[in-house]
Formats: sequence, C-alpha cells, structure tokens
Amino acid sequence: MDIKTEQSDGITVLFIKEDRLDANNSEELKAKLRHLFDSGTKDLIIDLKEILFIDSSGLGVLVSGYKNASTSHGTLKLSNLQSQVKSMFELTRLHRVFDIFTSVDDALQSYS
Amino acid sequence: MKNDIDIDITIPSHTRHLRMVGTIGEKVAEELDCPEELRESLSCQLAVVLTEGLVNAIKHANRADPDKEIHIRINVSDKNLLVRIYDNGVGFDLDSVPAPSFNSQTLEDKGRGVFILKSLMDTVKYKRSNGGNVLEMRKKLA
Repeated sequence: MDIKTEQSDGITVLFIKEDRLDANNSEELKAKLRHLFDSGTKDLIIDLKEILFIDSSGLGVLVSGYKNASTSHGTLKLSNLQSQVKSMFELTRLHRVFDIFTSVDDALQSYS
Repeated sequence: MKNDIDIDITIPSHTRHLRMVGTIGEKVAEELDCPEELRESLSCQLAVVLTEGLVNAIKHANRADPDKEIHIRINVSDKNLLVRIYDNGVGFDLDSVPAPSFNSQTLEDKGRGVFILKSLMDTVKYKRSNGGNVLEMRKKLA
C-alpha cells in the first residue's frame, strides 16, 4: 500500500495514496497504524482524499486505529472523505464516532 | 423489457479480485435505463454489495482457500436487482452475526459487512445450494 507520511507540529499525517481501502489491502494499513502507535505516535490524521471506495474491512481498520489511539491517550482524525466513503460512514454511523474534517489543514487546526 | 441483464462471473477465492467484480457491478448499473440519480446510487451500492458478499464468501465460507471457486450471478430487470454469490465452503450462519455497536465506547473492528448488506438490499438470505451455499440478495427497483 502506498502511504505518504508527514509530520506537522508533532501531528503525524498519513496520506493514503490508493483509490480503494478494502479487504485486499486494509491489513497493510492496520499494520502501519499498529506500528505508529506502538512506537509512540499520539496524534494522527489520516487523509482519505484519494480513496474512492471503502468496504467494511477498510472501516474496521480505521476503527481499530481509533481504538489504538484512544488506548494510547492519543487521537485519530480523518480528512477529505469522498462521496462513497462518506456514505459508508453514515450508513454505519461511524461519522458520529470520528472527528472528520474537509481538509488536512482543518484537521491540523483542530489541534491548535 | 428495457433492462434485462444477466451476468455470470467465476473467480478463485482471493480478495485481489474484489476490484474487478466491484467494477463490473458499477458498469452494469451504469448501463441501466433509469433516472441518473438512481443509476448513480445503484452503481455505488452494487459495488459495495458485491464486495461485502464476496469477502464473506472468501473469508468465512471458503476460508480463503484459493483452490475453491466463487460464482457470482448478477441479474437486473426493470423491477428487481438480484445478486447471488455461490461458495462451496463450510458456510456460516448469517443470522448469528450480531448487529454492530454504534456506541463509541464499545466499537468492534469487525462485523459491519452483513449489516451493510442488510441495509442496502431489501432481502438477504444465505442457504444451502447444490452442495455449497448461496448468498442471495434482492432489491426492488420499481
């Protein structure tokens, strides 16, 4: 899975450079998130701008990351949800769980 | 009949085929003679339903054994969308899958696939068929 990582004032931002997050690739993101939280990452933004399709496995990995962040007393926020992704969050009520922003900048500002 | 499409696909039990089957579902919906809004929403829903149904068949019924095949049949008429996904594995009990928690304190990573299928389709059944199983999902279009 192609993931670009950036740091901004102590916040880690992951840009998922894939058009799908599904049962075929979501385990790779799960491993990446586990590694980040195990190595001390507290606050994380995942940018989903390029994801045009997500399934329940993809949602599950984001939930797993959210729980890892909470356990580590950190945060996991999301940005740039495209229409199919937004629909899936609404269908599964996960839009009420995650802090979701329209851009990475807005998500970063929420920490200041 | 304006819309009468019947497609059969057979794939090995592997998640790398999810994109291909999902894309076929989208293309089928895009061909339908119906209002654009309904076509777009069906295109999106069919891709999700095929993906979730396939993942169930691959992981839970066929236990990710690539030597086992999955047969998918998509039938669209003016009045109905019917998706059938046949596996030849050990199967699973659709009704034993609990609804996912919506409480942020008790969230589970897994268990949303069946909920999504039941939310997007009018009926979802899983039953024995010809020595294997079939996940049968219907949606009224008119």
